Amino acid sequence: MASHSIAAMNAVGPTGANPVDSSAFYDAKGEHHPEGSTMLGFWLYLMSDCLIFAALFATYAVVGRNYAAGPSPKDLFDLPLVALNTSMLLFSSITYGFAMLEMERGYLARCQLWLAVTGLFGIAFVGLELYEFQHLIHEGATPQRSAFLSAFFTLVGTHGLHVTLGIVWLVTLMVQVHRRGLVPENKRRLLCLSMFWHFLDVIWIGVFTFVYLMGVLQ
Amino acid sequence: MSAASNAGHASGHDAHAHDAAHGDHGESHGSFKGYMTGFVLSVILTAIPFALVMGDVLGNDRLTGLVIMGFAVVQIVVHMIYFLHMNTKSEGGWTILALIFTLTLVIITLTGSLWVMYHLNTNMMPMHMHTR
Amino acid sequence: MFSNPDLQKLLFGRLTLDAVPLHEPILLVTFAMVGLGGIAVLGALTYFRLWGTLWRDWFTSVDHKKIGIMYIVLALVMLLRGFADALMMRAQQAMAFGDVEGYLPPHHYDQIFTAHGVIMIFFVAMPLVTGLMNFVVPLQIGARDVAFPFLNNFSFWMTVSGAVTVMASLFVGEFARTGWLAYPPLSGPAMSPGVGVDYYIWALQIAGIGTLLSGINLIATIVKMRAPGMSMMKMPVFTWTALCTNILIVAAFPILTAVLALLSLDRYVGTHFFSNDLGGNPMMYVNLIWIWGHPEVYILILPAFGVFSEIVSTFSSKRLFGYASMVYATVVITILSYLVWLHHFFTMGSGASVNSFFGITTMIISIPTGAKIFNWLFTMYKGRIRFEVPMLWTVGFMVTFTIGGMTGVLLAVPPADFVLHNSLFLIAHFHNVIIGGVLFGMLAGITYWFPKAFGFKLDDFWGKVSFWFWLTGFWFAFAPLYVLGLMGVTRRVQHFDDPSLQIWFVIAAFGALLILCGIASFAMTLVVSFIRRDQLRDTTGDPWGGRTLEWATSSPPPDYNFAFTPVIHDHDAWWDMKKRGYSRPLHGFKAIHMPKNTATGLILGILSIIFSFAMIWYIWWLAAFSFLVIAVVSIGHTFNYNRDFYIPADEVIRTEGQRTALMAERV
Repeated sequence: MASHSIAAMNAVGPTGANPVDSSAFYDAKGEHHPEGSTMLGFWLYLMSDCLIFAALFATYAVVGRNYAAGPSPKDLFDLPLVALNTSMLLFSSITYGFAMLEMERGYLARCQLWLAVTGLFGIAFVGLELYEFQHLIHEGATPQRSAFLSAFFTLVGTHGLHVTLGIVWLVTLMVQVHRRGLVPENKRRLLCLSMFWHFLDVIWIGVFTFVYLMGVLQ
Repeated sequence: MSAASNAGHASGHDAHAHDAAHGDHGESHGSFKGYMTGFVLSVILTAIPFALVMGDVLGNDRLTGLVIMGFAVVQIVVHMIYFLHMNTKSEGGWTILALIFTLTLVIITLTGSLWVMYHLNTNMMPMHMHTR
Repeated sequence: MFSNPDLQKLLFGRLTLDAVPLHEPILLVTFAMVGLGGIAVLGALTYFRLWGTLWRDWFTSVDHKKIGIMYIVLALVMLLRGFADALMMRAQQAMAFGDVEGYLPPHHYDQIFTAHGVIMIFFVAMPLVTGLMNFVVPLQIGARDVAFPFLNNFSFWMTVSGAVTVMASLFVGEFARTGWLAYPPLSGPAMSPGVGVDYYIWALQIAGIGTLLSGINLIATIVKMRAPGMSMMKMPVFTWTALCTNILIVAAFPILTAVLALLSLDRYVGTHFFSNDLGGNPMMYVNLIWIWGHPEVYILILPAFGVFSEIVSTFSSKRLFGYASMVYATVVITILSYLVWLHHFFTMGSGASVNSFFGITTMIISIPTGAKIFNWLFTMYKGRIRFEVPMLWTVGFMVTFTIGGMTGVLLAVPPADFVLHNSLFLIAHFHNVIIGGVLFGMLAGITYWFPKAFGFKLDDFWGKVSFWFWLTGFWFAFAPLYVLGLMGVTRRVQHFDDPSLQIWFVIAAFGALLILCGIASFAMTLVVSFIRRDQLRDTTGDPWGGRTLEWATSSPPPDYNFAFTPVIHDHDAWWDMKKRGYSRPLHGFKAIHMPKNTATGLILGILSIIFSFAMIWYIWWLAAFSFLVIAVVSIGHTFNYNRDFYIPADEVIRTEGQRTALMAERV
């Protein structure tokens, strides 16, 4: 982490410096540029988001079996639909990956194309989730029915909200890439969204395993 | 993978000398092969748990639960490596450090809450345990 | 207002004219005072033509120094509000015995103790800590600003929005009557149907966004922007504590966000997370909120430890004793703070095994904390100690905080806690550590870094007066609460029957008056110092014989902090430079790359106030509309790619030349 400083230190040597040579104490040539902090900062944001999900998972784990004589996961969950939904997210991940590869190679149009495909998969995911929710609510399994359903809708819904936000962000970025091309700022933003998108994938692994699959088991 | 991406950095420096140079490089953006490996692994690691649960292959719910949790952990690691390009070097090791710290806290939050709440429920809500 | 109730509901939600509490005389007086004060301030700003400066140089500024100062101003203003609440409570409890009901009815008293806690933690202690870190950290690490300057400005305005939301509850509607953590089911929709808890939720959520983002910002700053040569183990101790505090912020505040979101779902949507029926579990709220709440305690105290470390070594003219052990103690506290949360609810009934675990982890925390106290003492040992005001606060802290820490260890023993839980002993304990630790630390820090921020020292005499009033006031106010707590008196009580307790409450009220004198003297310090600013002027940039980098630049520092990025060889970097005969560079200045100011943060802050107000009062159209505008403004902001500029070399030469002249004048 301190690699950027080594050159400056070697130039004078920390101990053997001439006591009057003040230039040992400042970067006279203006060579020192702090590294960009965006990726680290965004990663830290993702970590904090991860802890929001941790709290939601913990809540689901604690109250998720309080059905209050209402429907249980076995009665409600439609695993083929969840599998389809999961595949949407997985496909969107790989297509985002392709967009990043095209970005690296500097192919603007192809990058945009893959971004659009990613967005469509994302929309399909959110659409399927909304369909599922609507179906559950129609059956009377509303968030108000039991603590289990409150926790279920909140956890899955929060993830869905994140995906929705990701889609809005994706569209914004596509407009920005269209306007300015693959300039460093846009590349950096696409990288951030990439991290966000794949992070949501990771959360979804937790959701389908912990909520859907294990829910059906009990 | 990392050699290729390092070469990418070098040319990146020349192209946009200012912003990106001291910018947010220093991590690999992956390769086609990497993404495909990750994708194929994820498909497999998703398909097996679904099959185990939907087909009731193991015939034992508790065992199935443990196995699919194992698969989830492996898949999370796969995503971290192939999609999020986690490694010990990116951002001078700070991302992995942040991740380890966060995972520790996630585990503390989850297991701690379950442990605490289990005891609270047992001690304070005996009726609750029966009616469920 | 309207003859058609449906239309009124559509337009104004549940907001009616009755929501303005004109029938409460105490609030009317408050209205009048706030109104007159507000008019006076606005008038003065207009009269002295300060609006332009305020807008250009402060509100829209992305300069970490300005933002840090604004945070501290916010905190000091809110301190007045929070302390007014404290005085009212002390007055009520000193008089309300037997037949005397006191002057505060229960529903009002309950709002006051809730507001006091919320304001003191979220809008006094947090902005003080964040403000100080914002101001000092980039200077200490030789950076020109934080990693994300715009985000910094945005974070500040979100904190202000939260504070404004809390203050609005004073004038429109009411505040929560639930205590500062709003436990359900009391804070649920059935028991608290009014707007009070909604004010609480939205104020904390908005301010929480600001806190979280500033946490991320400062971590990235410390990790990425240290001057060349400053390895982790050469960082000043304050920067270390700031790093750990911000790690705690980023790791803890999401839990608060989540748990408050769940509570709002219970209240707005009718879910059953924390309800008593349909499978809800109120104990889960208590569990989750303390997973945030305990780290929060360390978020506040760690920077104070950092401040004391800087002050002790500066005023003892010695290198800090045990630098490495100080760093390790800080890191250990950071991690341990996640393993103790249950000690806040030993009595809820988790049983012997769980309680023992958390009791032991709690006691373990006192070890690294104790190590720190010894490090400070050993730093002072055989040092040339100068008892200037910051050092007085430090010594006062060491005595007071140690006692507070020991009563904390006492409370960490579950059987003892069963007796003392929710008693005034607990109140005395946490005020002992928060006032004696955090507040003393922040006042010490303000006194210490004030000359750096404004170019002149604070007046010595009034500073000392303020310190002694605070110290004696603190002990008069809280020692009686220890006694009362041991007698079994519980907290949050508006009226007492047993007249033998009264004397203790009267003593406590007297202590509160002494603290009032302390606050007044502090205000006096600011006024007197401003008047005497020419005599108190610091032309050197290093008024105390400091050791860390912030003292290497001028007071106040130029916008760019350092004309040349410093290169560090030792953890007391400035001391090392002075010792080795460093002389300031006078030539070769270059243009400096800096971020541009922006008003987006302020605009988003105002929009957030509107949004939260609409949500609190169920004005759905306004909520939807303001949310939409927030989204549009935020996205619109990302279309601005032109965010930086260069300070031309000429300007740098001029600024540095002025400093050279100033320093020559002195000699």
